[in-house]
Amino acid sequence: MDELTSAARAADIAARDSYGRLLALLAASTGDLTAAEDALADAFERALRTWPSQGVPRNPDAWLLTVGRNRLRDQWKSAHVQRTVSVEADPVHVDDLDLDAIPDRRLELMLVCAHPAIDHAVRTPLMLNTVLGFTAEQIGRAFSMPASTMATRLVRAKKRIKTTRIPFRIPDRADLDPRMTAILEAVYGAYVIDRATNSEALHLAEVLATVAPTDPEAHGLAALVQLSAARAPARIDGNGCFVPLADHDPARWNRQLIDRAHEHLRAAHAQRRLGRFQLEAAIQAVHCARREGPTDWPTLLTLHRLLHKIAPSLGSGVALAAVTAEVDGPAAGLAALDVLLAEAGEPAHRFQPAGATRAHLLDRLDRRAEAMAAYEDAIALTHDDAERQYLQKRAAAL
Amino acid sequence: MRYALLMHYREPAEGEISPEVIAEAQEAFGAYGRALESAGVLLSADVLALTPATTTVTCREGGLRVQDGPFAETKEALAGVFMIDVPDLDAAIGWAEKCPGAQWGVIEVRPVATAFVDGGWTS
Repeated sequence: MDELTSAARAADIAARDSYGRLLALLAASTGDLTAAEDALADAFERALRTWPSQGVPRNPDAWLLTVGRNRLRDQWKSAHVQRTVSVEADPVHVDDLDLDAIPDRRLELMLVCAHPAIDHAVRTPLMLNTVLGFTAEQIGRAFSMPASTMATRLVRAKKRIKTTRIPFRIPDRADLDPRMTAILEAVYGAYVIDRATNSEALHLAEVLATVAPTDPEAHGLAALVQLSAARAPARIDGNGCFVPLADHDPARWNRQLIDRAHEHLRAAHAQRRLGRFQLEAAIQAVHCARREGPTDWPTLLTLHRLLHKIAPSLGSGVALAAVTAEVDGPAAGLAALDVLLAEAGEPAHRFQPAGATRAHLLDRLDRRAEAMAAYEDAIALTHDDAERQYLQKRAAAL
Repeated sequence: MRYALLMHYREPAEGEISPEVIAEAQEAFGAYGRALESAGVLLSADVLALTPATTTVTCREGGLRVQDGPFAETKEALAGVFMIDVPDLDAAIGWAEKCPGAQWGVIEVRPVATAFVDGGWTS
């Protein structure tokens, strides 16, 4: 990352941080996200109009918040009294407002977005939209969905939050655990849609770790997303071809992101409560340790076994089989994979990582005819161009 | 905010449920009603007679039409209505979860849009 993109990224993060914080504060009192968004948009628009001539206020966020609040009061009055009263922000007193003294209510906002009464499918888009300020068009692109469809879903969800009165409140301790799990899953959803670049998930996970500093899984998830994103530059070579993890050039990994991830892992570890995301992050950390020396496969095997035990999924099973192959040989890995596939039944045959791993293991065992058939199956299931070309190259080399 | 907790469940055939089970359910509903009342959130609680006792009335097609039976014949029928007044959806879901009907049926939680109170509809 060069100086310019780094600075641009820092500016983008600061802007998105402000947006989420301000929107959470404006929406928390009324539960009306749409009204809060309109008020905030007005405040930004007024800033663009007045700051160039009158100068940027000492505390821009406090200025925006005050203007946004006035705008909300304005809307509220016009709805009740049926007349519009324009309340201008008073630039003299606004600077006295200390935004840091105002509580950060983004955790409440995230709780609302991942509330049990909100449809699972809209939770991640809703978070990207309200916590980070991404537009329906940007989110639609990430989810491969038309912008208008995404916009309709977001509008419907916000209306539901308002009419059913979903509270902007941190629930009691007993209820908090399942609610935090729902938030983590929604943030993880942002990571899964785009593992290659992960700019949205990176930021969302960082916000969550900031607002829930004592939740070890929030730190684990942030570390996981960062470690994965750190390797993105090495995932594609100069010719646009997919590079498997084992052949990555560690010098191309993003060192800053890896260091930041380790800070999160330490913060998670200090809470002494192990969970799925911490394990996934630990696995990524072991892979990233290849910068210093050979990959520690026995440790990876232990971590993968633990992960498959506490959060079993097709993905964790395939990964466990792949690591078993590295420690106990390809025959042992293939046996583990075939047991898993037989147990999982039909859906497993459409799971691309299972097909690619199977082809690779058959290839290593020199079972060429079977390997060829397995590569063909895997290629048919691969949507990523670079990865498909890589598999085609392997098949051709048989 | 006022919420309606609408209980839906399959109506049992006559004699399908033993007197002991009925007594247990009555006991549970008694405790639930007392809990709502002592929390100060209860507006009204009504358990409805079975659907064969329903009469449906409409003037939608012009004149008055009175019909024997419920509006929609479904496997699960509206069985009772609890009106409560609580601060938000989390509180309403909390009460719905404690409703004995949730054990064998589903509870629909619906916010009240407007209610007739003290001679007028609330805004």
